[in-house]
Amino acid sequence: MLSDFGNVLLFMLYGSLFVAVALFVAKLVRPHRPNADKLSTYECGEEPIGDARIQFNNRFYIIGLMFLIFEVEILLLFPWVMVFQDLGWYAFSAMLVFVSLIFIGFIYELGKGHLKWDLPSPAVPEYQEGVGVVEKDIYIDEESYETDSDQTFK
Amino acid sequence: MGLLDKKYHDSNIIIVNLESALNWARKSSLWYEQFGLACCAIEMMATAASRYDFDRFGIIPRSSPRQADVMIVAGTVTMKMASRIHKLYEQMSEPRYVISMGSCSNCGGPYWEHGYHVLKGVDKVIPVDVYVPGCPPRPEALLEGFLKLQEKIMNETLVEKKDPAIEKE
Repeated sequence: MLSDFGNVLLFMLYGSLFVAVALFVAKLVRPHRPNADKLSTYECGEEPIGDARIQFNNRFYIIGLMFLIFEVEILLLFPWVMVFQDLGWYAFSAMLVFVSLIFIGFIYELGKGHLKWDLPSPAVPEYQEGVGVVEKDIYIDEESYETDSDQTFK
Repeated sequence: MGLLDKKYHDSNIIIVNLESALNWARKSSLWYEQFGLACCAIEMMATAASRYDFDRFGIIPRSSPRQADVMIVAGTVTMKMASRIHKLYEQMSEPRYVISMGSCSNCGGPYWEHGYHVLKGVDKVIPVDVYVPGCPPRPEALLEGFLKLQEKIMNETLVEKKDPAIEKE
C-alpha cells in the first residue's frame, strides 16, 4: 500500500496532469485572434496609463521605519491607558521610561540628520548672447522622465 | 493554435458530433459580464437572484471580461460609455456574445430623439446577438433572450462559411 506521503505525491501528480491536459485541450479548441485592445491591461474599460511597477524614493524607508516604531509605541500605550490608574505610579514610571527612550532615539535621529532630505537644486541654463545656451550640470536625469507609452503594444 | 476554429471546409460526421459537443458546452456555461448601466441592471439582478435563478442554466456573473462569455448591456449607453463598452467587448475572451437588454441599448429608448448624450443603440459600437425588448424587460424576457442565445449557439458550426458571391467566380 501507499504511504501517506505517497498519497500526497499521487495527488500532486494528478493535479498537475489535470491542469496540463485542461490547458492543452483549451489551446486546441479556443479561437486565437489577438489584437491590441484585447491584449491591453483590463482597467474597467479605461485606457491603461503608465507602468504597473511604481518606484518610491528609498528615503521613504527611514520615514517608514520611524512610523513603525511610533505606531508600535501607540499600540503599547492603548492598553496602558486602560489600566494605569489601577497600577499606580509603577506603571506610569515604566511607561515614562519607555517613551523617553524612544524620544531620545528620535532626538538622535534628528541630530544625525536622517530626516533631512537633500532637495534637488536644478541649475537653470543661462543664456549668454552670442554663445547659445550654456548648460551647467543639470541635476535632473532626463532618462527617468521618459514615458513608456510608445512601447506598449505593437 | 485554435485547431477547431473554422478551419474546415467540408462537414462530416466527426465534425458534426464535435461541434455539437462544443456548442453544448458553450451554451451550458454562459458566464456573463456584469454590465448594469441603468435601471435594467435591477431587473438583471432580480433575474440572477433566487426567484428567477439564472444559475440553473449555468449563467453566473463575472466581474472581469477575461472570464466572461456574454455581455449583457443592461441600460442606457451614453456616448462616454460607448468607447468603454467597445474596449471591454474587445477584452472579452472568444467566443463572445452580446445581449442588448432594454430599449435604451436596443435603439436609444426614450432618448431616441432628444437625448444628446445617448448612443442610439449599442449595435453601433459592438455586434449584438440577441435584443431583449422592454423598458425595462421583465426577468422572464431576459431569460427568453438567453434561451434564444442558446439556440443560436447550438447552430454554430466549425465549418468555414462560404460566401456564395465568391464561389460563383
